Amino acid sequence: MDLVPLTTPSREKLRLAFTVNGEPRDLVVESYKTLLEVLREDLGLTGTKHGCELGECGACAVILDGELVLSCLVAAVECPGRSATTVEGLRQGPELHPLQQCFADHGAAQCGYCTPGMLVAAKWLLDRNPRATRGEIAEALSGQICRCTGYLQIFDAVEAAGRTLRGEPAPAPLLPSVHRGSTNGR
Amino acid sequence: MMRLPRFRYLAPRKLSEAAAALADLGTQASVLAGGTDLLPNMKRRQQTPATLVGLREIRALRARSGDPGSGMTLGALTRLSEIEHDSAIAANWPALAQAAASVATPPLRNMGTLGGNLCLDTRCSYYDQGPEWRAAIGYCMKKDGEICWVAPGSPRCWAVTSTDTAPVLCALGAEVTLVSAQGERRIPVEDLFADDGIEHLTKKPGEILSAVHLQKPTPDARSTYVKLRRRGSFDFPVLGIAASARLRADGTVEEARIFLSGTGSRPTNAAEAVAFLAGRKLTDEDVLREAAESIAHVARPLQNTDFSMSWRKQAAREFAARALRNLLP
Ligand SMILES: Cc1cc2nc3c(=O)[nH]c(=O)nc-3n(C[C@H](O)[C@H](O)[C@H](O)COP(=O)(O)OP(=O)(O)OC[C@H]3O[C@@H](n4cnc5c(N)ncnc54)[C@H](O)[C@@H]3O)c2cc1C
Ligand code: SF4
Ligand code: FES
Ligand code: FES
Repeated sequence: MDLVPLTTPSREKLRLAFTVNGEPRDLVVESYKTLLEVLREDLGLTGTKHGCELGECGACAVILDGELVLSCLVAAVECPGRSATTVEGLRQGPELHPLQQCFADHGAAQCGYCTPGMLVAAKWLLDRNPRATRGEIAEALSGQICRCTGYLQIFDAVEAAGRTLRGEPAPAPLLPSVHRGSTNGR
Repeated sequence: MMRLPRFRYLAPRKLSEAAAALADLGTQASVLAGGTDLLPNMKRRQQTPATLVGLREIRALRARSGDPGSGMTLGALTRLSEIEHDSAIAANWPALAQAAASVATPPLRNMGTLGGNLCLDTRCSYYDQGPEWRAAIGYCMKKDGEICWVAPGSPRCWAVTSTDTAPVLCALGAEVTLVSAQGERRIPVEDLFADDGIEHLTKKPGEILSAVHLQKPTPDARSTYVKLRRRGSFDFPVLGIAASARLRADGTVEEARIFLSGTGSRPTNAAEAVAFLAGRKLTDEDVLREAAESIAHVARPLQNTDFSMSWRKQAAREFAARALRNLLP
C-alpha cells in the first residue's frame, strides 16, 4: 500500500492550513481533534459552543465550504484547505450583522448558549434564501435546540433580519423596552 | 469532554486505492463518509477503528448518471440534503426524497451521505450510551460484553435498523454496487442487510458501497415514506414505513412492495400485506384497513427504542393506514 497516512498514532500532530472567517490559518494540532476543538482550543474562537458533542444540539454549527455543518462531527484531519465561517465572522467590521442586531432587539437570546449556532444557521439560510418565510426559517433552524426562548423570538429576529437585509422596514420588536434599552442605545 | 480516540487517517483519491487499503487493514479499518454516525460512535467508544479511510477525496463516489427515463445512479457520497432538494428524485421516486428529508436535522443532512445512511450502525438503548454507562451495566453482546439486555436468554443481538432510506430503497427495488480489491458486485439493496444486530450488513469489511441504482419508474408507479418518532426533527425512526405500488386507474393494486425500518435488525418485508393487496382495490376502506393490520402485525416492537410497546402497536396500525392512503392518487 503506497498511501501515506496524514496521521498515525505515533505521529500525533496534524498540520492544518485552512481559512477561518476569511483569514488563512496554519497551525499544528492534535490529530484526533474535531473542528470544534480546534476552533475553541487552538484558535481561541470560543464563540462556537460546545454542547452535546454528538450532533444532538446544534450549538457547534459553523459554515464549512458554504454548507451548514456541525463542527463537533467534523474531524480536523478532513479540514486542510477548507474554509470555515464561525459566529465571530458574522460582524462586518465594527458593525453587527443584521442578524446579531435583530437577535438583541427581539430578545432572541436568553442564556445565549444556543445563540451562536442559531446565528450561523440563520446566516446560512438567508445567504441562500433571502426571502425565507417563517416556515422555511423554522425548518432551517430545526437542527438547533434552544431550551430558553421557546423559539418564537428567534424566528421573529430572523424574519426581521431578512427584511433589513432586503432593505425593507422591519417591524418593531414586541418586547418590553428594558430589552431594547440593553442593546447599546439603539 | 468526549474526545475521539486516536486513529490513523488515510485520504485516498481513487476508489482502487481505498479498496487496496481496506484489503490490507481488514477489520482494523473503517471508511469515513459524512462521519455523522461513525464519529459519535467513536466518541462513545462503540466503534474504535485503528484507521479511518476517508472517502471525501474520491470524486467518483460523488458522480451521478442516468435520468428518470432510464434509471438513475447516485454515488455513495451523495449527501442527503442533495437528495431532499432534487426535483427529479421528488417527481420520480418521491419516497426517497421524503425519507432523505426526514433524516436527523438540516446540518446533519448536509454532512450525512446516502452510502453512510445505508451502512448506518444498528441502534439500541443499551448500546447508544457513553462508555461509563455501558461499563456500569457490564456492556452487552454487541460490544465488549457477553449478554443481551433486551433478551437476556437470546443468543443474538436485537439492535434495530434505524436508517430512513434503506426501507425506501428496498421498496423501490433499488440496487447497490460494492467494490473491493477483488472486484465489484451489484446486489439488490434488500440483500445488503442481514437479520442480526451485530453482523447487520452482508457487505464484507473490505467492500466499499460505491453507488445506488434507482430503477426507472413506470408511469403508474407511486411511492411514499411515513415516519413515526417523538420529535419532528433529530429523531431516528421508531417506525418507518416505505411503500411503492403500481395502481390501475380504478385503484386495483397491480404490484406493491412494503418495507419497514425500526422493527428489526434489518428492514422488515411486509410480504403478507403485499400478497393480500395484489389484485385488490386500495380504494376499498376495508381492504386498506386489513392490509394496515397486516403491516402492523410485522411491525413487532422491541423494548430497545422509544415509546411504550403497547402504544407503538396502536400507532403502527394508524401509520400503516396513512402510508397506504398516500399511495392513492
Ligand atoms: C442526532 C442524530 C440524529 C440522526 N437521525 C437520523 C435519522 O433520523 N435517520 C437516519 O437514517 N439517520 C440518522 N442519523 C444518522 C446519520 O446522520 C445518517 O444515517 C447519515 O446518513 C449517515 O451517513 P454518514 O455519511 O454520515 O455516515 P458515516 O458516519 O460516515 O458512516 C456510517 C457507517 O457506514 C460506513 N460507511 C459509510 N459510507 C460507506 C461506503 N460508501 N461504503 C461502505 N461503508 C460505508 C462507515 O464505515 C460507518 O460504519 C442521525 C445522527 C445523529 C447524530
Ligand atoms: S439488542 Fe442486546 S446485544 Fe444488541 S445492542 Fe441491545 S442490549 Fe446489546
Ligand atoms: S455540540 Fe455539536 S451538535 Fe451538540
Ligand atoms: S437562549 Fe438559552 S438555549 Fe437558547
